[in-house]
Amino acid sequence: MTTQMFGMPIRRKEDPRLLTGGGRYLDDLGHDALAAAFVRSPHAHARIVDIDASDAIDVEGVVGIYVHEDLPGRVGEPLPLLIPHPTLTHGRTGHALARDEVNHVGEPIVMVVATDRYVAEDACQRIRVTYAQLPVVVGIEAARAGELLVHDDVPGNVAAHMLQEVGDVDAAMAAAPHTLTLDLDIERSACMPMEGKGVYARWDRDRGELRMYSSTQTSTGVRAAVAAKLGLPLAKVECIAPDVGGGFGVKIVHPWPEEVLVPWAAILLGRPVKWTEDRREHFISAAHERGQLQRVTVGFDDEGHLLALDVKLWHDNGAYTPYGIIVPIITSTQLLGPYKPGTYRCEFWSLYTNTVLVTPYRGAGRPQGCFAMERTMDAIADELGLDRTEVRSRNFILPTEMPWDHGLLFQDGRPLKYDSGDFPASLDKLKALVGWDDFADHRRQAEAEGRKVGLGIGCYVEGTGVGPYEGGHIQIETSGRVNVSTGLTSQGQGHETVFAQIVAQELGVRMEDVHVTTGDTRKMAYAVGTFASRAAVMSGSAIALAARNVRAKALRIAADALEVSSEDLEIVDGTVRVKGAPATSMSLGTVSVLSNPLRYAFDEAAKAATQFAGTFDPDKPPVADDEEPGLEGKDFYSPTQATFANGMHAAIVETDPVTAEIRILRYCVIHDCGTMINPMIVEGQVHGGVAQGVGGALYERMAYDESGQLLNASFMDFLMPYASEVPTIEADHLETPSPLNPLGIKGAGEAGCIPVSAVIASAIEDAEGFPIRRMPISPNDLWELRRRHADGAIPSLHRSSRSSRMSPKEPTA
Amino acid sequence: MTDTTPATETLHDVTVTVNGIRRSASVPGRRLLSDFLRHDLELTGTHVGCEHGVCGACTVLVDGQPMRSCLMFAVTAQDHAITTVEGLGSAPDARVAPTGESMNPVQQAFAECHGLQCGFCTPGFLTTVTAYLEENPSPTSEEAREAISGNLCRCTGYQNIVKSVLRAAEIRVERAAEEQP
Ligand code: FES
Ligand code: FES
Repeated sequence: MTTQMFGMPIRRKEDPRLLTGGGRYLDDLGHDALAAAFVRSPHAHARIVDIDASDAIDVEGVVGIYVHEDLPGRVGEPLPLLIPHPTLTHGRTGHALARDEVNHVGEPIVMVVATDRYVAEDACQRIRVTYAQLPVVVGIEAARAGELLVHDDVPGNVAAHMLQEVGDVDAAMAAAPHTLTLDLDIERSACMPMEGKGVYARWDRDRGELRMYSSTQTSTGVRAAVAAKLGLPLAKVECIAPDVGGGFGVKIVHPWPEEVLVPWAAILLGRPVKWTEDRREHFISAAHERGQLQRVTVGFDDEGHLLALDVKLWHDNGAYTPYGIIVPIITSTQLLGPYKPGTYRCEFWSLYTNTVLVTPYRGAGRPQGCFAMERTMDAIADELGLDRTEVRSRNFILPTEMPWDHGLLFQDGRPLKYDSGDFPASLDKLKALVGWDDFADHRRQAEAEGRKVGLGIGCYVEGTGVGPYEGGHIQIETSGRVNVSTGLTSQGQGHETVFAQIVAQELGVRMEDVHVTTGDTRKMAYAVGTFASRAAVMSGSAIALAARNVRAKALRIAADALEVSSEDLEIVDGTVRVKGAPATSMSLGTVSVLSNPLRYAFDEAAKAATQFAGTFDPDKPPVADDEEPGLEGKDFYSPTQATFANGMHAAIVETDPVTAEIRILRYCVIHDCGTMINPMIVEGQVHGGVAQGVGGALYERMAYDESGQLLNASFMDFLMPYASEVPTIEADHLETPSPLNPLGIKGAGEAGCIPVSAVIASAIEDAEGFPIRRMPISPNDLWELRRRHADGAIPSLHRSSRSSRMSPKEPTA
Repeated sequence: MTDTTPATETLHDVTVTVNGIRRSASVPGRRLLSDFLRHDLELTGTHVGCEHGVCGACTVLVDGQPMRSCLMFAVTAQDHAITTVEGLGSAPDARVAPTGESMNPVQQAFAECHGLQCGFCTPGFLTTVTAYLEENPSPTSEEAREAISGNLCRCTGYQNIVKSVLRAAEIRVERAAEEQP
């Protein structure tokens, strides 16, 4: 047997390169390229009256200045609406350069191309744009009121209105012994990868071919979109995602204006052109997420069983909807988490505002959904005087009930059907890890010391690994080197390592011989992209299938050459050998030589495959009828539905009685993403996700003023957590294999951040004794809530007024 | 016309010792050290995450001290010695990995502890931690966390970076012991 690779915490193959300055990110390429910079709108809503670039053309080093009118044909038409949906009745997208109206601060209006970025920015400063300002819509309340419009032809600012209902919610609600209504509020945050976006394009005039590089989560998507925009045959466009410094969702959107304009300019000028997004540009012209207002009405019985769940969501989609309504669809479906809702209705309105557009950010609508559901669970527990975990477990979908079909349509247009999961086991593990049942003692002790502590919990289910498909291609060279390619891209998930682990295991080769390429349309033209925690499931499965094909072919060829049956062969460390008689063997390199009958010997090894080498059967054609030359194989994986991972988090927080400072004392995670390919990498994903969740729960918000200016568009003012703000994460895993794919895996990329706001709200609520309905929460916010609570404007939890008369009851103090 | 820039910029000859090698280039006075290293010298291992001194991705060692190269002009680095991530592997206690790269104890520790994901912030952490361990060779876990609290990472949640700092301290000791006769 080859050393076990699958499932092991193998060190990453990409690290030695990345640790020694060998990474090649977008801006590390193209030292000879011209630089592009943009004049962007300083106003949130305005008509463009005039653009005067006369002072800019003379700046030495300026090569070209372009406005919307300069853009020919489809380059000047609106950017594509990537994911149409029947309920998205009023989808709108921007132009690569604004035509006559701008709808958010940061929208590009003029592109300057110059010899370097400094000069391009000098020129931008000399371009005078005259605007006629229009009324501005900022915030969900203003959008919902619909008095002022973002787009004149979109009544009420409603891009989409969607309703899904399972069962008769009205009847069930009317019959429910108890009902509660919660109004909830989640603010905006953003992906904020450390590397912004960037595009670099070269035009080969002789061959009429475009090569472009983009810091993207989908090189195939960019390639297709750019070819369509520029009217080029697909065969004449290639797109490569180099090393990418984080994505978290924002880089799945495409084509960004710059992805169209930079290649267009490179062709026009016949010179390489590059644009690297700076941090301010990333804040005001990339994308944000999360902002929602929610109203949950829930009906339940005396035991806390859900009978009816009626949810309304108002989702802020920003100025445009290039990515459709994926985020609110995910919120409205994934909100259900591990629970059976009895009956369920979810209605949402996706609303325009004069702010940066809203597209998926790690978790993609799930953190908001989880927040709604988990706040509801805590509210039911408080209403009935039950332990919060007890209410949750009474509503769990049980392992024996899997697969569980919610009767809803998921984000991929397919049924929301959970494949597997053991929620009671996850909860037991979590309670043991955090010491749920002993918390009352801790609280008593803390209170005796004059400290305030609280315990919170949050559970989620995450649809991962959505289709439509991914592919894997494997080719073994005569040296024994194994080349693996898949089309989706990498932004730090360790794909070079985990895919190599799969191949090493399936094929029986050494890790060091496996070389993985991702996100290069020259190597794999068919792919979708990296989003929705789908890479391991989709490309991992495709690569495993491809490896099985290559293995079968290698065994066929070797069996022929060694004159044994292929059943008697095994592959160990790159050598095909007879089981029990390992001396009878040949390397995969030699098999590769034999797989490709040659006329010309290019080296010593190749001689064995030439016509006069005497190694063939004269009665057979050199390449058998059903075979192809070369030791290679390809396969695609296309599942009927998503896999559903799940997890449960708990946190203990301390709130300062005087300053209202909030500190996370412990953060515990139970995570089930099916079979793990590399637990070290899964854990890293969980850590990173939780850290982003903590940012979203306690620090990060997009501070727009009423005129639509983003006041905190820098790392100085937007409080992304440093190491000092992120707690140590205690994580444990459950591995409930997915029955849907050959490896039993589920996605893990987004999980960590999904429940964090729910968990922290739950813990602060527990510490303070009054409900927390709005996140993120700063010490100022908490201080203000305390004041209003003291004034009687916010009610106490029932728990506070209820003594220890009920059972089973959550331990208070 | 608002004359914010001259029609042609005056160029300055800047000579710095980068990773032990004297390098020169003619650059405008406003050229940031980060851009000088990345674009004039084509040493792209130093990354730029914010260009306003907050993220630490651009940290290099100037005469051994960690500095944010986006907050320095290239001309102010004249005659100073700069170490970038490309130069860390030339330290006496660096060792060549099986894959061929020479790595100092901090780089080695990051590889062992999964201290990086996308790798974009990493050069800034590596230079910062390398300088920190020179002064504080055996930090506690809290001190290690404190030491990296001026650098932003959006991928790792910092936990494995803290671990990497502690492991790097161990590797330094191990390698120092190897040096003993
Ligand atoms: S780029 Fe220098 S501190 Fe961020
Ligand atoms: S590893 Fe990606 S930002 Fe730190």
